[in-house]
Amino acid sequence: MSAQTSGLAIETAGLVKTFGETRAVDGVDLAVPTGTVYGVLGPNGAGKTTTVKMLATLLRPDGGEAHVFGHDVVREADEVRGRVSLTGQYASVDEDLTGTENLVLLARLLGHDKRAARHRAEQLLEAFGLSEAAGKQVKHYSGGMRRRIDIAASILNTPDLLFLDEPTTGLDPRSRNQVWDIVRAVVAQGTTVLLTTQYLDEADQLASRIAVIDHGKVIAEGTKGELKASVGAGSVHLRLRDAAQRPQAEEVLRRALDADVQRDPDPVALTARVGAGSANGQGAAEAAARALAELARTGITVDNFSLGQPSLDEVFLALTGHDTKAHDSKVVDTKDEAAA
Amino acid sequence: MSTATTTESKELAPVSAESLAALLIAKERPPRPSALSASLTFGWRAILKIKHVPEQLFDVTAFPIMMVLMYTYLFGGALAGSPKEYIQFLLPGILVMSVVMITMYTGVSVNTDIEKGVFDRFRSLPIWRPSTMVGYLLGDALRYAIASVVMLTVGMILGYRPDGGFVGVVLGVALLIVFSFAFSWIWTMFGLMLRTEKSVMGVSMMVIFPLTFLSNVFVDPRTMPGWLQAFVNNSPVTHLASAVRELMAGEWPAAEIAWSLGWSALFVLIFGPITMRLYNRK
Repeated sequence: MSAQTSGLAIETAGLVKTFGETRAVDGVDLAVPTGTVYGVLGPNGAGKTTTVKMLATLLRPDGGEAHVFGHDVVREADEVRGRVSLTGQYASVDEDLTGTENLVLLARLLGHDKRAARHRAEQLLEAFGLSEAAGKQVKHYSGGMRRRIDIAASILNTPDLLFLDEPTTGLDPRSRNQVWDIVRAVVAQGTTVLLTTQYLDEADQLASRIAVIDHGKVIAEGTKGELKASVGAGSVHLRLRDAAQRPQAEEVLRRALDADVQRDPDPVALTARVGAGSANGQGAAEAAARALAELARTGITVDNFSLGQPSLDEVFLALTGHDTKAHDSKVVDTKDEAAA
Repeated sequence: MSTATTTESKELAPVSAESLAALLIAKERPPRPSALSASLTFGWRAILKIKHVPEQLFDVTAFPIMMVLMYTYLFGGALAGSPKEYIQFLLPGILVMSVVMITMYTGVSVNTDIEKGVFDRFRSLPIWRPSTMVGYLLGDALRYAIASVVMLTVGMILGYRPDGGFVGVVLGVALLIVFSFAFSWIWTMFGLMLRTEKSVMGVSMMVIFPLTFLSNVFVDPRTMPGWLQAFVNNSPVTHLASAVRELMAGEWPAAEIAWSLGWSALFVLIFGPITMRLYNRK
């Protein structure tokens, strides 16, 4: 109850999960306020899914504590299950059944009688634009449709807390935007959402607070503004017409942006991180505009100029000093052991 | 094949934010389903799977027919003078053998199913935990019933005439299904314990073959060596085959029925909790 009054949907302290030698989750502390979208950002194999599985009572923690709405996820697992819904990384619906059958099955398992289950299934399929595909087996659905039926299955009973584990991984941009709209609609009705993602812009679009997680540890936590301030607002990417002008352009950029400039493998390209320390992208955009004007005055021809948000790679580089690539070899290990 | 029929998301109707919001406002929750209701719902899932992939009934139709024909004509003349004589003795036994053999597919389907994402959802639902597994077994009970009907029909065509009549036959099949339901918990355990479908099949064969063949299904155990008789006479399959045979012959073999039900209870009590332990840790 104390967590209820303190307004926390999730509270964890020193959460640990090991698979053999690997410490998949290594002392995670989270405090997720009720009624918000909380983003957990990290590369493959960082421990995001394992954390979600512990919070959703699918895995027992090996150490530490986790409470969902004040209920211990191990001792009061049943209470927790009554209030949460999970949309897993891989479609958490039965691919052999049709859309309608899946929703009716789950509605029945939630205690609805036959008529109510069928009615609720129809309404949800309608709202999610899946009425036409209702009678088709889910294995014939496209990626975007699978995500929809998956989320529909999670809100058969409006949950107090919804886990969305990488809801847009593998989706095209259009389907991605549609999933984001659904998430916003769900949160608007008061559901708390824990969202894991590999994409900074997704966390940026939806989450109010973000935890960055790496090697099973939270390495940064805060509001979007705080996080960006610690990372830098983004990168300027520059393509020159003439490779011979690169040293000169590098010098101009360094002066104008007061930032490190890197030579890309491409002989006409340069990248500079900008705005480190500023809490929003505003300063970065102005600095970038000044730099562009300066380049024009010096007579350097620029073919392409862009100011991008920091990518996850850049966030990681800034926070950990190593990039996300280093994790890719580990991904396989943790997955195998989780499956074993 | 599935990619060819995938519907493109471009034709997808938009999500209606308003109707979604209206649906989400309803916060009332129905009471949780009872253990029975949740199990029956999972049983319904098993039946839906049969509906979508009817080929999976092959093992409960073609296989039993093959068993009846093969053993009736292979052993009939030698053991009882003629296939028609032999089938009076063989049919209840071969019925027991085939259905007990078919139970091993439970392990295979649990093993392939459990890795799918939908199990994460089932396990995060506030329901009676064993209901997922019980649902499988209820679906399988239907398959066992189909196999029994198929075999009895073939047997009748070949000349099998049960003295116990309809009631005797139904009682025999009912006992067989109860036993098979209980016996299947061994396979749910292996299905969850072993990593691949192949290893489940391998282990199942190792258990099933000696257990079903070393019984009184084909011949009277009196001609067997003493050590084998000791095994055969105490095998649960022998007790079950005797009970089913006598029920169908119109008798009431109280001791054999008690043995069969006793073994059933033992299987559920031992392998049920082990299955659930593995299921919770998966």
